[in-house]
Amino acid sequence: MSEAAVSHYLTEFDRFKNNRLSDWLPKQRADALEYLQSNGFPTRKREKWKYTDVSPITRRKFTLGPATPEAVDGGFIDTLRFSGLDCHDLVFINGGFSENLSRAGNLPDEVTARSLASVKSENPALPERFLTGPGEEIDHAFTALNIVFLNDGALIHIPDGTQVPAPIHVIYATDKNTESIMSHPRNLIVLGRQARATIIETYAGGEDTEYFTNSRTQILCQDSAQLDYYKIQQEGHRAFHIGNTKIRQQRNSRIDCHSLSLGGSLARSDIDVELDEPGAEINLNGLYLANNRQHIDNHTLIEHKQPHTVSNEHYRGVMGGRARAVFNGKVIVHEQAQKTQAHQSNANLLLSGNAEVDTKPELEIYADDVKCSHGATVGRLDENMLFYLRTRALDKDTAKSLLIYAFADEVIRNIKLPELRKRLEYNVVGELPDTDLIKGFMK
Amino acid sequence: MTDQTPEVEELVHKEYKHGFVTEIDTDTVAPGLNEAVIELISTKKDEPDWLLEWRLQAYRRWIKMPEPDWAHVHYPAIDYQAISYYSAPKSGADGPKSLDEVDPKLLETYEKLGIPLHEQKMLAGVAVDAVFDSVSVATTFKEKLADAGVIFCSFSEAVQNHPELVRQYLGSVVPAADNYYAALNSAVFTDGSFCFIPKNTRCPLELSTYFRINAANTGQFERTLIVAEEGSHVSYLEGCTAPMRDENQLHAAVVELVALDGAEIKYSTVQNWYPGDENGVGGIYNFVTKRGDCRGADSKISWTQIETGSAITWKYPSCVLRGDNSIGEFYSVAVTNNYQQADTGTKMIHLGKNTRSTIISKGISAGRAQNAYRGLVNIGKRADNARNYTQCDSLLMGDTCGAHTFPYIETKNATAVVEHEATTSRISDDQLFYCRQRGIDEEDAINMIVNGFCKEVFKELPMEFAVEAQKLLNLTLEGAVG
Amino acid sequence: MLTIENLQVSVEKKQILKGLSLAVQAGEVHAIMGPNGSGKSTLANVLAGREGYEVTSGIIKYDDQDIFDLAPEERARKGIFLAFQYPVEIPGVNNIYLLKAAVNAVRVHRGEPELDAVDFLKIVREKMQLVKMDESLLNRSVNEGFSGGEKKRNEIFQMAVLEPRLAILDETDSGLDIDALKIVAEGVNTLRNENRAIVLVTHYQRLLEYIVPDQVHVLSDGRIIKSGDRGLAIELEEKGYDWIKQEARAA
Repeated sequence: MSEAAVSHYLTEFDRFKNNRLSDWLPKQRADALEYLQSNGFPTRKREKWKYTDVSPITRRKFTLGPATPEAVDGGFIDTLRFSGLDCHDLVFINGGFSENLSRAGNLPDEVTARSLASVKSENPALPERFLTGPGEEIDHAFTALNIVFLNDGALIHIPDGTQVPAPIHVIYATDKNTESIMSHPRNLIVLGRQARATIIETYAGGEDTEYFTNSRTQILCQDSAQLDYYKIQQEGHRAFHIGNTKIRQQRNSRIDCHSLSLGGSLARSDIDVELDEPGAEINLNGLYLANNRQHIDNHTLIEHKQPHTVSNEHYRGVMGGRARAVFNGKVIVHEQAQKTQAHQSNANLLLSGNAEVDTKPELEIYADDVKCSHGATVGRLDENMLFYLRTRALDKDTAKSLLIYAFADEVIRNIKLPELRKRLEYNVVGELPDTDLIKGFMK
Repeated sequence: MTDQTPEVEELVHKEYKHGFVTEIDTDTVAPGLNEAVIELISTKKDEPDWLLEWRLQAYRRWIKMPEPDWAHVHYPAIDYQAISYYSAPKSGADGPKSLDEVDPKLLETYEKLGIPLHEQKMLAGVAVDAVFDSVSVATTFKEKLADAGVIFCSFSEAVQNHPELVRQYLGSVVPAADNYYAALNSAVFTDGSFCFIPKNTRCPLELSTYFRINAANTGQFERTLIVAEEGSHVSYLEGCTAPMRDENQLHAAVVELVALDGAEIKYSTVQNWYPGDENGVGGIYNFVTKRGDCRGADSKISWTQIETGSAITWKYPSCVLRGDNSIGEFYSVAVTNNYQQADTGTKMIHLGKNTRSTIISKGISAGRAQNAYRGLVNIGKRADNARNYTQCDSLLMGDTCGAHTFPYIETKNATAVVEHEATTSRISDDQLFYCRQRGIDEEDAINMIVNGFCKEVFKELPMEFAVEAQKLLNLTLEGAVG
Repeated sequence: MLTIENLQVSVEKKQILKGLSLAVQAGEVHAIMGPNGSGKSTLANVLAGREGYEVTSGIIKYDDQDIFDLAPEERARKGIFLAFQYPVEIPGVNNIYLLKAAVNAVRVHRGEPELDAVDFLKIVREKMQLVKMDESLLNRSVNEGFSGGEKKRNEIFQMAVLEPRLAILDETDSGLDIDALKIVAEGVNTLRNENRAIVLVTHYQRLLEYIVPDQVHVLSDGRIIKSGDRGLAIELEEKGYDWIKQEARAA
């Protein structure tokens, strides 16, 4: 199966070669093709893919689609924008940049927030520095594929000392009319010294189409930079999503990262963080909601490489129907990373007898003067709480929805942007059973 | 901390207390493994054909299996053809009938180990089935046990005297080809212990076995099988020490426990095999498969282990909670110092309804040691109202060691409640200073704090074992902080 | 009993004590007062032998013996007791067990026989009354989950059992409500006798209403800038620390 998939993508690559960007970074593409041919796609025998079988993706034949605005209707994109929030929207359709649908926000002049392809045509040095440097290791066939088909994405550069008040919102939408489109978005985000920014990535597509998004984001935060980073995965219910975010942090930088996994029939999200210099801090929040036959897999890796680094990780999941969720959070504290603080928690709520969760919080610690902990729980709705709510006259379904909402809100309430928080509250409620009943409590 | 005082320096270099070799003639088969060697072992032990066939099938599966490499341990490749798979004390060829017939040198060995066999009969009602290398040479309290209907004997004797029981239960918990080391054990095991507790019987004694590894280059492949029938109860103690040796020795034991309806088995281990010297030379490779099957409703299996020895430990005493309302417990203290490596933990497989499991794991790492907890909690689809509570704490002493936690939690049932908590910390300077300010010297303060850290596990041990365990712990960590 | 001359101490290269001198005789109670950061806790920790404090010059003599080279436990066995400002929690270590080990370490040092459990418990029960300590705290882990007040009582209770010759109470009053403060103070007063010296380290004079000191010293910027009797503490309370700092600068 894997060989057939590899050969399919090799054929697709031949087609892609006509693209104007395909001759860019020839060595990286050749290496990635080589990797793909010799390793194939990961199987469940690989520890990192133990609970996720990617054959639903590999047995389908996805192809590249046109980046024409007609592929989606503007109204759909509008539902993804944050009305009432002054955002800089970069919109990509089927992986390619759409000038028409994008909207410039109020950005300082020195800030770059544009399509990677257009930056490349003017000044390839900046993206090349990152695309050929550290953080570009090939972890598995999907990261290789992303390089093979590297074409476009967002390039965001906030220079030293620049504060960006407006959130930069990168929207990836896939064709809702054509089946089996694939896209391989690539984002490069660099915050200079003392820079501050809020960046949101949204992934969405047609509710009734089958498509495949294989994204990759690289983030570098230099000294004392502060980034609020949101990844909202709300792909259509027949979609496949593989996403990979690599974060590197320098001295005293701080990232508040929120990963929301709401859509997709099979979705896998990896966030790898390297705390490379003293004082670097990451707060990693995640929420995953899975229903029907969804399979949602979240993997995180936090590496404390230097002393006085801090990580706080908090992931929560709610699973109903026949859904299956996977959480794997690994924290590595390297030998020289004394005075590290690393705390991780993962809580799971199972709503149905056929739902399933596999969680694996891991600590690998090679330094002694550290404070590390992790916890994981799996449970159902608390009977006592349900009973209490019902004695206060709530019907059972409403009480349930309310408790589920309260569970998920532990993550959502940490989101700083009120518009985004509100959107997510509605999104989450929208995913819950008896949405209408509980909406009354939201006002 | 302070500079190392001369005393601490001395303690750091303190040599392994049980390091000595008894000169004794052994009947050892030339190194190497093939079907002929297995036939030879089986013939020497006068085994029935079905057992030979069982061994050969395990062997045929084993040669096709890859050696596992997923554990968080590193060691040079083992040459399985360089190991001698059978060794028996010559003087025991005909089997001693009583202590008087036992080779005096053997008895002397036990004295050195602090196991006064002669006094055992008077002591706290503990029966001892001592395994010297692979053949059992002494058993006590047989009569008292026989009165209660309890069968407690060497595995070889069980094969001769109770073949139907052995055949019924052998491999029923750990199948012959369960994993690489279990398959190897199934092919070549030479002896071990067998224990059978009949219906509604409370075993009148704590059963214990002391294992020793003695003959050079002889892999040890014990096989233990404990069957507790309906409503019965047994507490089994296993303790190990080993003489000093420079070459690594492989130890791949298999322990199978079967608990039928309402039965309870408590299995306690103190493992203090030779860990290698302070440079990481020598030491035992301890690759053990231990599994209990709560086959009946309301049954309970409890594992308690104090692991202070071995160069490498690879061990996951597990419970299959098949019967409704069955209970599995795992209490572990694993201590690693110098270059020791441990990858240990448990598996709790919840299959029945209302099954409960508790995992308390305490890992202590010092020197250049690596200590990993690896555990699986699996809640099956039909395991309604299953509950698990896991707590695993790691204590680090010194900045060159590592502590790792790899829990797997797999839940397929929405009525399950699973809780996992883990912490990693070190003995804080504040805690040490507080104790010292109260007049307690550093070494004692460390021992107190470490013992406090392990208390939840020690309290699960039978009294006499708890004392031994604390001593071992202190001994293993002597000089670890300086 | 205790003589400190020109003590200079640095922590992480920063000088905290800059030439402190103090003499305490048996039977006396001295209060050392000072604003935050004046070096009060440093003094207490140096006396008890905590590491990380570099004594760059000066002398500390206890019973005419230089104690610089003594480990904390050796000082403790010789009768120096520190009641901590923030008593640490030690999970899994039984409170009463720690105390028994401590008592016997001191007794062995003095050449006395170790106490057996019965005799030890007799003393414990007697001393518990002193600070009205709840018996349930005895069998808990050291300070684990204790309230702030319980921790402070536990410190004075340990002091009562260990019967030190020199007791240093580091901000024992902080975090105590008035009732708890009275109980602790009564406990300390009961322990006052002609053979024992007590050094109270405190920020406020409140404690001194209940434990009347023989001498009061004001510590500021690493030195004792003024000494006097109880009246000095009251004056401080009225006029604040700035007044005395100015006076010291003027002088």
